Amino acid sequence: MRHHRPRITRALPLSPAVVLLLLFLAGPIAYCVYIAFTDLQLTGQAHASFVGFANFRHAFQDAEFRNAVWLTLVFTVLSSLIGQNTLGLALAALMKRASKPVRTLTGGVVITAWVLPEVVAGFLLYAFFRREGTLNALLEWLHLPRQNWLFTLPVLAVSFANVWRGTAFSMLVYSAALDEIPSEITEAAEVDGAGGWRRMWHITLPMIRRSIGTNLMLNTLQTLSVFGLIWVMTRGGPGNKSQTLPLFMYEQAFQNSMIGYATAVALLLLLVGSLFSVVYLRLLRTEV
Amino acid sequence: MPRKRTSRRLAADLSLLVVAVAFALPLAWVVLSSVDPHAGLRVRVPDGFTLGNFDAILTPDITYTPLLNSLILCGGGTALTVVCAALAAYPLSRFRSRLNRPFLLTILFATSLPITAIMVPVYALFVRVNLIDTLQGTIFFFAASQLPFAIWLMKNFMDGVPKELEEAAWTDGASSPQSLVRIVLPLMGPGLAVVTVFSFVMMWGNFFVPFMLLLSPDQMPASVSINDFFGNRGMVAYGQLAAFSVIYSTPVILLYVLVARRLGGGFALGGAVKG
Repeated sequence: MRHHRPRITRALPLSPAVVLLLLFLAGPIAYCVYIAFTDLQLTGQAHASFVGFANFRHAFQDAEFRNAVWLTLVFTVLSSLIGQNTLGLALAALMKRASKPVRTLTGGVVITAWVLPEVVAGFLLYAFFRREGTLNALLEWLHLPRQNWLFTLPVLAVSFANVWRGTAFSMLVYSAALDEIPSEITEAAEVDGAGGWRRMWHITLPMIRRSIGTNLMLNTLQTLSVFGLIWVMTRGGPGNKSQTLPLFMYEQAFQNSMIGYATAVALLLLLVGSLFSVVYLRLLRTEV
Repeated sequence: MPRKRTSRRLAADLSLLVVAVAFALPLAWVVLSSVDPHAGLRVRVPDGFTLGNFDAILTPDITYTPLLNSLILCGGGTALTVVCAALAAYPLSRFRSRLNRPFLLTILFATSLPITAIMVPVYALFVRVNLIDTLQGTIFFFAASQLPFAIWLMKNFMDGVPKELEEAAWTDGASSPQSLVRIVLPLMGPGLAVVTVFSFVMMWGNFFVPFMLLLSPDQMPASVSINDFFGNRGMVAYGQLAAFSVIYSTPVILLYVLVARRLGGGFALGGAVKG
């Protein structure tokens, strides 16, 4: 017995997912595009009026917006591009040489930090960086100068927090990638006298470049949308010294009740995200 | 050669141990403080052992209601995600169509969109359609935001189930829905478990979505109610905060361990995101 069903019936199981995606994901995105061009406020008027590109012009003239863009950039480069990515690769490479108990222990600790709920991670790092917290206790013990990290260097503190929380992902991606490199290649290079750094630079890195590309994309996208971690640790402060774009957007919407303006910022963030997403798709292209 | 190898292993072990200690310090704080009668903000060996912190927070207000809310939200969201993803993955995996590729590309594109960015417009939209401050609205949004990745994962796992087994069932007169439920899904059990656990863990830890979409305190999940330890009460009871964090985090850590074990210690998501 053959199954010759009409195409419509075959596609039927897709419909619940498609309906959900259209109503609750595509819908809000379309709505986002619409209200970004209006002066919608949190309270008050029932009808928002169309204001064209005013919100966007306002954003580019707004020193606070530029500050948020700059901080988002610093946060992303420090924590994702440099921190998570490099540390993740280093951990994966070291794990290949380490003894099994150490490998299991380190992997377990790093992954636990990753699996923890975002807010809990925020509290743990808040406690770590506070004036009376663990970091300063350590520094005191080492006779090094202490400071109130969350006030003096809030971006550095939240970036470190994001490294603590997010490195496991890179570590897992790179461990999988390194496992796929045939051992003959590295052994041959070793016999030819290539040292550890040269093997890393000339053999390992070129061979895992695709994993590096996808990992960087995904890390960056995740870091762009970090909210809870920073919210718990600093609320974007002191002042706006750690106010990245998501926190800026939230403040504009709910403290200044300018939903239209906040949404314009959201749309810009979404556009940057989409750009990364498209690059990511192109990196994966051969595999879809 | 062997000596060189031993010294290299030693160096790798030492470096990893340093990293492990650095990563473990904040974790040690939460565990130690939860049983410390005089918990502060720094890691220290408690000067006594107490379960008083747990006693103090194990009340309906502080712990049970938020955890129950989390369970309803994440359980509902996960169920919806898994059912919709399994249904959607079936035609994508089994039937050839010109629409498959564009659909999958759209899905993959959507998996990496920063959902945080759209929370303000989602809030505005939910106010308009009266879904604000409702559990069902939040569940629907949770499911929709998790669906792209769930469909993508599910389809990849489903591709691993040989089609021949299903064709045999069709010959015996089974319909496609029957073969999906009776043959395909049981055969991809570990894959199904990964999608379920992953969706649940993502929702359980999510702060921003319920923070934006829910307003009444009695509907708040643990991810948001944990904020109550700060602010309104003035002095923070760090011991209680730590105890609550331990209780709130334990389920997701256990679930992760369960899935990681089942997949032979390996981790499928690392491979899945590579394509």
